[in-house]
Amino acid sequence: METKKSDAFSPGPTPRFEESAKESLSDSQLRRNLGKATQTIRRKRAVAVDEMPDWEGLREAGRALKERVVRHLDEYLLQLEESVTRAGGEVHWARDAEEANRIISRIVRDEGAEEVVKVKSIATDETKLNEHLEREGIRAFETDLAELIIQLAGETSSHILVPAIHKNRAEIRELFMEELGAHNLSDRPSDLTDVARLYLREKFLKAKIGISGANFAVAETGTVCVVESEGNGRMCTTLPPVLVTLMGIEKVIPAWRDFEIFMQLLPRSSTAERMNPYTSFWTGVSGEAGDGPREFHLVLMDNGRTDVLADEIGRQALNCIRCSACLNVCPVYERTGGHAYNSVYPGPIGAILTPQLVGVGDPGPDSLPYASSLCGACYQVCPVKINIPEVLVHLRGKVVRHKQYMGGPRSKLDPENVAMQMVAKLFSDPQLYEGAQRLARAGQWPFARGGSISRLPGRLAGWTAVRELKPIPQQTFREWWRNRRSV
Amino acid sequence: MATARETIFWRIRHATRDVPEAERPEDVSVEREYRKEDGAEREEIIARFAERTAEYEADVRRVGHDELPRAIEEALNRRGVRRLVIPPYLPREWIPEGIEILRDAARSRLTNQELDGSDGVLTGCALGIAQTGTIVLDAGRAQGRRTLTLLPDYHLCVVREQQIVGLVPEAFASLERAVKGEGRAVTFISGPSATSDIELDRVEGVHGPRTLEVLIVG
Repeated sequence: METKKSDAFSPGPTPRFEESAKESLSDSQLRRNLGKATQTIRRKRAVAVDEMPDWEGLREAGRALKERVVRHLDEYLLQLEESVTRAGGEVHWARDAEEANRIISRIVRDEGAEEVVKVKSIATDETKLNEHLEREGIRAFETDLAELIIQLAGETSSHILVPAIHKNRAEIRELFMEELGAHNLSDRPSDLTDVARLYLREKFLKAKIGISGANFAVAETGTVCVVESEGNGRMCTTLPPVLVTLMGIEKVIPAWRDFEIFMQLLPRSSTAERMNPYTSFWTGVSGEAGDGPREFHLVLMDNGRTDVLADEIGRQALNCIRCSACLNVCPVYERTGGHAYNSVYPGPIGAILTPQLVGVGDPGPDSLPYASSLCGACYQVCPVKINIPEVLVHLRGKVVRHKQYMGGPRSKLDPENVAMQMVAKLFSDPQLYEGAQRLARAGQWPFARGGSISRLPGRLAGWTAVRELKPIPQQTFREWWRNRRSV
Repeated sequence: MATARETIFWRIRHATRDVPEAERPEDVSVEREYRKEDGAEREEIIARFAERTAEYEADVRRVGHDELPRAIEEALNRRGVRRLVIPPYLPREWIPEGIEILRDAARSRLTNQELDGSDGVLTGCALGIAQTGTIVLDAGRAQGRRTLTLLPDYHLCVVREQQIVGLVPEAFASLERAVKGEGRAVTFISGPSATSDIELDRVEGVHGPRTLEVLIVG
């Protein structure tokens, strides 16, 4: 599949979801890979969650705690800054992606490094850090197996958790033989993994700088946490003498003890395991003990998050702990895959996060709230109870209002807009409503056949192309009610 | 001109202006209605830890206190370990004879190359969590720096029965002092390193130790 270099977080207009989805849907290999993967993980997640009698209690606690953080974000960030500094770390603030990238490349240059090792971080995908570093003459090595695969292939991630979910073993074998010079390679996942281990071990040992994201950071103690499976996260956060962590400002949690909630919710929701293989918690720098980096930089980034925060309904998107459970249950994602969303945040969560982070007005992100049947499966599996369908509907409203506002008088004459305005008027006035019913009853006879309307004329035909419509009955409920009362 | 820090704080306060001035963080109630302690018998908890750790493809064995030195020696022999990394304060009786011992100490730290060239590492731990089959290291006694358990390809870990807790919340409660008081790094290990990045097929052993062996000692 042709992958796009530009996504919602790059400058310029982004392709609309329905255009990109068409492309993905016509790729049968992709659909097979995706179908298999999402079904497997869905089944496993259900088992991991069913084992927990207190799952609903944990979800509610997670939701409430995130709400507390979001409502008092300034206080928790001040506290975090103080604790990280006290523990010997340095805190940097970035208003946007560009500023975050500049801060990071300055740290790398000050260290005189030309290479960095990176552990999978969506925040750095959002800022396009690797491309920025490349322009500055710094090479970034992705060390997560899937990230390595897509970096070598020159592609972009298609899943929050399993970025190379769209590629199968044969494709990966080809890639490794070509890019890493591996010979006589089988397509067994264990052999492919061995090649990556050898290739990256040397990078880890040489690296002067490690770059990571963060799953959580604790305001109370300044502890930062990275949740992972392969051990590349441990490598990147302990081996290089300098560690830089880029984190969105919403990832702060109040206290150390709050991990008891999130470290139960996250692994079961994301990889469907009781616990992921490795989790690292570090607090500032190690000092005398020589345990880990001597320098630690925490870059706290806004990049649109405060815009999300300003929307009272939409701000719940900031609760997200990036587990990707909503992707795996989504009937739309299962068929289109992640690339159709043209964002580093795909799937249902991406459909509410992307348009809010980048703002309304770009055709790509504006189309995302419509990339849903509103079935609600995402809400049901969300470990922090983000009501994704509610936010989707809310954002559709925002997109429409934006179009009306930006389009000027011409968009007011747009037939869809005119029709919607008329319907809105009818529905808000009982007399107009009844009048319209009478009018429709009189006019519907040429279309009503055998108790249903299966073909409407003109522009309305689109509605009946895929569904039938009930005609207005001879007696409406309101008429019946009035007659009944007069008896 | 405003700094980035000032701008971000201004934006946050502006965005949350619907939150009443008088509201404190604690005013947003958080009901913690989940299990905090495992009521099961000790033996059941220990057995669960053994079972769940083994489910991650770790080799798990339960041994009596007196059998431990023998069990360690056997495990290392089976693996063919000739150069073994040892953290500070490892109980003397655990250290086997007849093989090369690479001691990591505050004054003479092993280099990453030495660790990379070793055959394995032997450590204790801070905690075991039965619910999830997790071993917790907190850089304390008999555990050492984080790199020690990362670069060698084989990790043999001794867990004492009394170090095993039932549930995840119990673990975070008992780690609180090490983190809050001393800022120690904490690592959760649940089985050997793994990846499911290729067709969601789980492969054990990517960057960390490819083999994890656990001895639970009574």
